[in-house]
Amino acid sequence: MTALTHVLPYLVAVWVFLAGCYGLATSRDLIHAVGCLSVCQAATYVLLLAVGYRDGGTAPVFSDVTPGSRPVVDPVVQALALTDVVVGATVTALLLALVVQVAKRHGTVDPDELSELRG
Amino acid sequence: MRLWLVAVGGAGLAALLVAACLRLPGFGGDRHPYGDRAVEAALSRHTANTVSSVTFDQRAFDTLGEMSILFAAVLGSVVLLRQTRDEHRARPEPAAVSRPVRRYALLVLPVALLTGLYVIAHGQVSPGGGFQGGVVAATALHLLYLGADYRALERLRPLAPYEAADALAASSYLVTGLAALLAGSAFLANTLLPYGTFNTLASAGTVPLLNAAIGMEVACAVVVLLAGFLDQAVEIVDEGEHDEHAEHDGGGKTGGNAADGGDHDDSGKRGK
Amino acid sequence: MHHLLPLLVAVPLLGAALLAATGRHLPRTVADGAACAVSAGSAALALLLLAHSSPPLTEWAGGWEPVAGHSVGILLTGDGPGLGMAALVCVLTLAALAYSRRSLDEPPHGHAGAFPALVLVFQAGMCGFAIAGDLFNAFVWFELMSVVAYALTGHRVEEARAVQGALAFAVVNSLGAYALLMGIALLYARTGELALARIGDALDAHGPPDALVLAGFVLVLTGLLVKAAAVPFQFWLPDAHAVAPTPVCMLLSGVMVELGVFGVWRVYDTVFSGPGGLPAADAERVLTVLGAATAVTGAVMCWHQRHIKRLLAYSTIAHTGLFLIGLGTLTPEGDDGVALYVVGHAGVKAALFACAGILLDRYGSVDEHVLHGRARPLRGVAVMVVAGALGLAGLPPFGTALGKSFAEEAAGGPFTVLYVLTSAVTAAAVLRVAARVFLGLGPTPREAGGEGAEDAYETTGSGEEPESGRRMARVPDTMTAVPALLLAGALAAGAVPGFGTAVARAVSGATTAGLVHTSVHWTPLGVGLGLLSSLLAVALAAVAVARPGRLAVPGRALPLRRLQSGHIGDYVAWLLVGTTVLGVLALPAVLSG
Repeated sequence: MTALTHVLPYLVAVWVFLAGCYGLATSRDLIHAVGCLSVCQAATYVLLLAVGYRDGGTAPVFSDVTPGSRPVVDPVVQALALTDVVVGATVTALLLALVVQVAKRHGTVDPDELSELRG
Repeated sequence: MRLWLVAVGGAGLAALLVAACLRLPGFGGDRHPYGDRAVEAALSRHTANTVSSVTFDQRAFDTLGEMSILFAAVLGSVVLLRQTRDEHRARPEPAAVSRPVRRYALLVLPVALLTGLYVIAHGQVSPGGGFQGGVVAATALHLLYLGADYRALERLRPLAPYEAADALAASSYLVTGLAALLAGSAFLANTLLPYGTFNTLASAGTVPLLNAAIGMEVACAVVVLLAGFLDQAVEIVDEGEHDEHAEHDGGGKTGGNAADGGDHDDSGKRGK
Repeated sequence: MHHLLPLLVAVPLLGAALLAATGRHLPRTVADGAACAVSAGSAALALLLLAHSSPPLTEWAGGWEPVAGHSVGILLTGDGPGLGMAALVCVLTLAALAYSRRSLDEPPHGHAGAFPALVLVFQAGMCGFAIAGDLFNAFVWFELMSVVAYALTGHRVEEARAVQGALAFAVVNSLGAYALLMGIALLYARTGELALARIGDALDAHGPPDALVLAGFVLVLTGLLVKAAAVPFQFWLPDAHAVAPTPVCMLLSGVMVELGVFGVWRVYDTVFSGPGGLPAADAERVLTVLGAATAVTGAVMCWHQRHIKRLLAYSTIAHTGLFLIGLGTLTPEGDDGVALYVVGHAGVKAALFACAGILLDRYGSVDEHVLHGRARPLRGVAVMVVAGALGLAGLPPFGTALGKSFAEEAAGGPFTVLYVLTSAVTAAAVLRVAARVFLGLGPTPREAGGEGAEDAYETTGSGEEPESGRRMARVPDTMTAVPALLLAGALAAGAVPGFGTAVARAVSGATTAGLVHTSVHWTPLGVGLGLLSSLLAVALAAVAVARPGRLAVPGRALPLRRLQSGHIGDYVAWLLVGTTVLGVLALPAVLSG
């Protein structure tokens, strides 16, 4: 394996995170912005799972694998990623609920047109 | 100016993260001390699915927080998406559904529901568990919306019991944890039940109990969350909008219905 | 005793779950009463545990005691600072619930349990964060308190500003939380551990810090500093605090923001203070530079507000800056001072928000100019606002004054001046409000119309609706009793002999530096500086009221005010810049190693 494949998955996570941040900063639509936030979060999934990978490893489930017969990937990061997914889903739901109300009260979902709170 | 800030900040962050990545242990490396300990601990408690053991036994306290986040999101979105004083409910119109869609939905609904329950029940043995199965079960109910219409879904899904069940499921997770404390060991300790036979349904001690509580919590939470958004899309209109609707209906019955049908399709897609 | 630690989280959560399950059928009185009982119970538990926290309590959740030094469970740390913060959270929650009883509008039918249940979950999240000894577990509770805070901030969905402020709050804080999680993943990759102390040990074993440690430090700190509203991560805070219901503001400003500061202290002290972490000089630079920028920005912006809740929000930012400077000294005296300062500030700030809420409910406005002279009948509230302002200034014997005097002595040099000026300016702004609103002093400010560029960057407080649904004819007793008790508490924190020393002992028992007992008592210098900043505050306020034109030169702070644009994209861009600044400030650690 070359040096590149040893860091590539991590670099993918970095790329995804930065792409999400760029989208969030330049977004012209709040629903798009909520999507961008999910992209940032997807970077954390990629990074967590990449960190836990082990060469040749299989899922850490022993219903059809005899313990010790094969290497398994790190189960802890999988549990962390599961928590992360739930957190992401709930945050997205709440954000979308707020966007629904913003659309109703302001009549727009363009952040450029929201100018109530300044200074 | 914002683009300049993004460029400066993004470049700095990118440089920092790339430099960090180059110092990370190589992808696929063999050093996972916590992971190795977790596998051992899972096996010692007869849990075939190590991820479930981490989620519901070793780090069950994390899962308590995770469940509370979901619970809070449900409470929060019920509050945020409530019907405000200047809004009222419009009765959803029955919508025509093409026959193949209806047949498919009604056929798949019980299968999907059963799959969800299966995934919840086998969390300690095979990949899956309360979170995954709960989502499958909750979305299964919404096939009714695709196959029939919103009113059929509302009949099957009176919200009050689902909200109550969501809260009760959260309490039962807590009570299971407290029971361990009262029994003389620590909060959320997996000491109440025998660990059973490896790789069977009755294994892993309290993991299946917590799993079931989470499954119920997630299923109810997803139902209530989706209901909040569907209500906004289908039922709740504010006064001005309603008047327009009425005029529309007065103008031509068919026109109004077609618009409604469009609404339904739209939110149906979102629900999926 | 240590087995009881998880109950700090479990009790409020169980209360919230049961309230949510039965809330549909409960009358409001019962729901509110039950919530108060639950939070009072957990406050008692927190105080009981706090009394037993020396030596620090540790609990492995799920009974996973370490075998040969290693565990697969989650560590809960019940030391002085953690339990102290938890106790503060519980007490303030109780105050907020008692206050909300009369201050909030009748909930919609069938939702009687929703608000108190959310507040209880908020309490659970903050307590969980305060006692977390595991980095990922801290993230989970951090998210829980964030998620509830978003929902509570947007609680008044009928108001356009409320939903906008809540959305900005949610987006910026969520992004910060994901940065924190990226940092956790990086640290896990290096160390393979999640418990804070274990991560620290593993970093030390690995050798001197490198780019990975730096990135982990920067990302974790980004998440925590967003919560602590340090410059340049602070933009969400005024937007959220100006629009949240008053009882929620009391919690947000009084203790949630401070938990961000607490998190910085905890993480630096346990993870990064060893040889494998960040050298002290670099941590000092990061914290004091950001702290100073935060204090200055907060104070300047605070002075230029006319929306009273927004003004208080900026004063919270200013004081957070002072907390960060105090921690940045990395000395036991600095830590002790900040701990006391946080306690005193929580009481004072929550009381001031409660008073602002009374104005809103009574007169339907929180605008300094509109309310000019209108609140003359509310004498008791006027006294409390003035007392609160003097508490902010650090007038002895308030707890803020004792804490501030220790922190500023520890910081020393130019920072002492910054401490005096910042507290004086924030207090002067509140005194100015009090003089105009309650006494009707000074010329009546002209109604601000559309007068060019400066007004576009001003948020007035006149478009607000009373939270009680309609204007109150008279102020209910609970709404005045709560701020009075909070102020009394803040006063007692400084006046009761031995309290300061007890706090200091609790703090020093927890640091990895070991047991350094400092005795905290009033010093002549501290008293003098406290009196100085109080006098300065009174003088500034007097000039501002008598000669409005002299101090409020409109254009001077405009560049700073333009930055607060209300635009989510700008806030995110600043967050990215902030991570870069953090990285640059801490960079010498890596270059030299």
